[in-house]
Amino acid sequence: MNDHQSTFGRVMEYFQNNMDWVIELTIEHIILVGSAIMVAILIGVPLGIYLTTNKKLAGTVLNIAGVIMTIPSIALFGIMVPIFSIINYGIGFVPAFVALVLYSQLPIIRNTYTAIHNVDPQIRDAAKGVGMSTIQRIFKVEIPNTIPVIMAGVRTAVVLNIGIGVIAAFIGAGGLGTLISQGITRGYHEMVISGAIAISILGISADLFLRFLQKLLTPKGVS
Amino acid sequence: MGQTIITWSVRIVVYVALVWFFIWTITNGYFDYLVNNFEEFSVLLRQHFQLVLISAGLAILTAIPLAILVTRPMFKRFEGIVSTIVNFGYTIPNMAILALMMGVMGIGFKTAVFALFLYSILPIFRNTLAGIQSVNSSLIDAAQGMGFKPYQILFRIELPNAAYSIIAGVRTAVVINIGAAALASLIGGGGLGNWIFTGIRVFDNGILLSGAVPLTILAVITDLILRLIERKIVPRGTRPESS
Amino acid sequence: MIQYNNVTKVYGDDITAVDQVSLNVNEGEIVVLLGPSGCGKTTLLRMVNGLETITDGDILFNGESIQSLNEIELRRKIGYVIQSNGLFPNMTIEQNVTIVPHLLKWDQNKKNERYEELMSLVGLDAEDYRKRYPHELSGGQQQRIGVIRALAADPPAMLMDEPFGALDPIIRERIQDEFLSIQRELNKTILFVSHDINEAIKMGDKIALMKNGQLMQFDTPSNILQNPANDFVSQFVGQDRTIKSLTIHFVYDLVKTIELKDSLSSSATVKKASLDTSLRDILGFVLESEEQAVAIVNEEQEIIGYLDFELINRYMVSLSSEDDPVRVP
Repeated sequence: MNDHQSTFGRVMEYFQNNMDWVIELTIEHIILVGSAIMVAILIGVPLGIYLTTNKKLAGTVLNIAGVIMTIPSIALFGIMVPIFSIINYGIGFVPAFVALVLYSQLPIIRNTYTAIHNVDPQIRDAAKGVGMSTIQRIFKVEIPNTIPVIMAGVRTAVVLNIGIGVIAAFIGAGGLGTLISQGITRGYHEMVISGAIAISILGISADLFLRFLQKLLTPKGVS
Repeated sequence: MGQTIITWSVRIVVYVALVWFFIWTITNGYFDYLVNNFEEFSVLLRQHFQLVLISAGLAILTAIPLAILVTRPMFKRFEGIVSTIVNFGYTIPNMAILALMMGVMGIGFKTAVFALFLYSILPIFRNTLAGIQSVNSSLIDAAQGMGFKPYQILFRIELPNAAYSIIAGVRTAVVINIGAAALASLIGGGGLGNWIFTGIRVFDNGILLSGAVPLTILAVITDLILRLIERKIVPRGTRPESS
Repeated sequence: MIQYNNVTKVYGDDITAVDQVSLNVNEGEIVVLLGPSGCGKTTLLRMVNGLETITDGDILFNGESIQSLNEIELRRKIGYVIQSNGLFPNMTIEQNVTIVPHLLKWDQNKKNERYEELMSLVGLDAEDYRKRYPHELSGGQQQRIGVIRALAADPPAMLMDEPFGALDPIIRERIQDEFLSIQRELNKTILFVSHDINEAIKMGDKIALMKNGQLMQFDTPSNILQNPANDFVSQFVGQDRTIKSLTIHFVYDLVKTIELKDSLSSSATVKKASLDTSLRDILGFVLESEEQAVAIVNEEQEIIGYLDFELINRYMVSLSSEDDPVRVP
């Protein structure tokens, strides 16, 4: 017990001494994950909506996204690095960013697709019946009614990406994973544990924040 | 017509990219390392299997009984607490769990297995719980009314009807585990991760890809096999597409 | 066979779901527990096989208190059918039908025989359905399977909780008829929950009408219709209760007290109906026909007389008490 307390004490001490660096790494992490998610949403949501009009393609795209999801993150990084080194971006932000965008696609596309697909046909008919254009219908009826499901997909993607972002540190993308990768190399346990704790806190707070955001963005009548 | 053309173009682009990737890696001799060090490869592969099988096996043996336990009337009041803990656990990245365990237990195979085990519990437990909870209460009522004993309700009604969800949880856990086991090499667990991290460290695409490509294939194929098993053992009447 | 003695059920501290109910279900009888939702009829039913506990009073099954019997064994002696049919989706139709025999460890041949026998009882092809799963069947077929599953181990008694409630009216009527004809052969003791007065009149040898956990009236359908015990009963059976009671009276009842007309004023041909036609159907024919009459034929298809509105009216008036004149629709 004593030993654990002292480990805990040393970890706290590490945090105090390196606060600025930890914050800097946290911001790096958020930027990596955040920018990847933004791009993933910009691709995934329109694609998910489009797929509801093309069932054949929907099957193909969801299968591809599904296979990408089963690829272990470290293996995907391992494959990205040689490919991107062709254009001299082998190590660093770019391969990590691309991998995170790819991983986010399945939850975002799938949730958007199923949500729009499951919009009550009567609501859709009613929207057509009152004379809305397709664009109006999508923005005024379908998206508001599907926000909870789409947001749940985004949340899954964010939580997933925060974890995968840790591994990105091993290919030089920075972020909180740096504490773990350097800590392991240097056999510096307090650094490793600090990294693990910081990441866990980031993951849990992101999840909570997005749940809150999901509630906020969901129109009152939609459950 | 237009839809079919788009669908096929997407498929063809993916196939071409895959073929290009393999031609590119082979012409660059990236797999020579794998061929020349095949014995080491088989050792790493075996380590990898051990890591995954032991941790996933223990996780199955822990998570399913635990989920069954908290859905029994006696322990029902713990259901909420346990699910909340498990859901929180899910938002903690697997690398963080590996790192924490290393901090507590030190480096080695056992630490790796334990960390992988902890992380695999979550999807299995979650899916078993959801599966049992989603069994229609009228089925339980009918079974009780017909004189099923509690254990008969569990084994003949609840588990078979939750089978799809449970097995999907096991599949998720195993596939995640295959990837996570690669990270285990960082804390001395061995496995295919050894080559990947070595490759990254020494900037050698050959070593890197000799670890990463087989790992990818292993994960994708395992997923496929488990999906096939799922089809075989899930009772036909309870598959989601049938309802 | 099933005897409720002052049975009371209280939920929590003060919600009385069933209040001092006493009633007797004799062997071979169908008793319908009828009432609006929340009247305690389902609770009353579920206490028989121990799915609900009894707060006060007792229920006797074959003269023995159910609280002294082994719950599991008791349940296997009582068939149980519920509204949503409760078929197990993970089992084939055959496995579903033979589940109780299976739990009772019957041998394979006996189970097989029983399965085929039961399927023919409801007119379903045993081979066709053997390996199929519940979701592949229509609602009506599922409910038939639900009923024969309850009959599988040949229990002396059955509990049926709105068994046909989820079916559409046409199918429901057909399955009710089917079930009644099965019941005429099997003579089970049946407790049947319903919220539909028409179903209760049709299915029940007796009706127990409930309100707020209390038994309002326990009597034969015709007595409930003719002599409602209080305002609630007469309201529940509705303004058209005379019309309803026509369904449970048949031409053969009428000819016992009233003589048919020998001839009609005109010589036009009229529709023929047999002695076991309900008076409700006769009234329908009468209202549709120009002659406003129906010819009644015996088993040899010979006309034994004519029935018209006046005779039906006279018969119904003779049944009802003086303050309940027949209402013409």
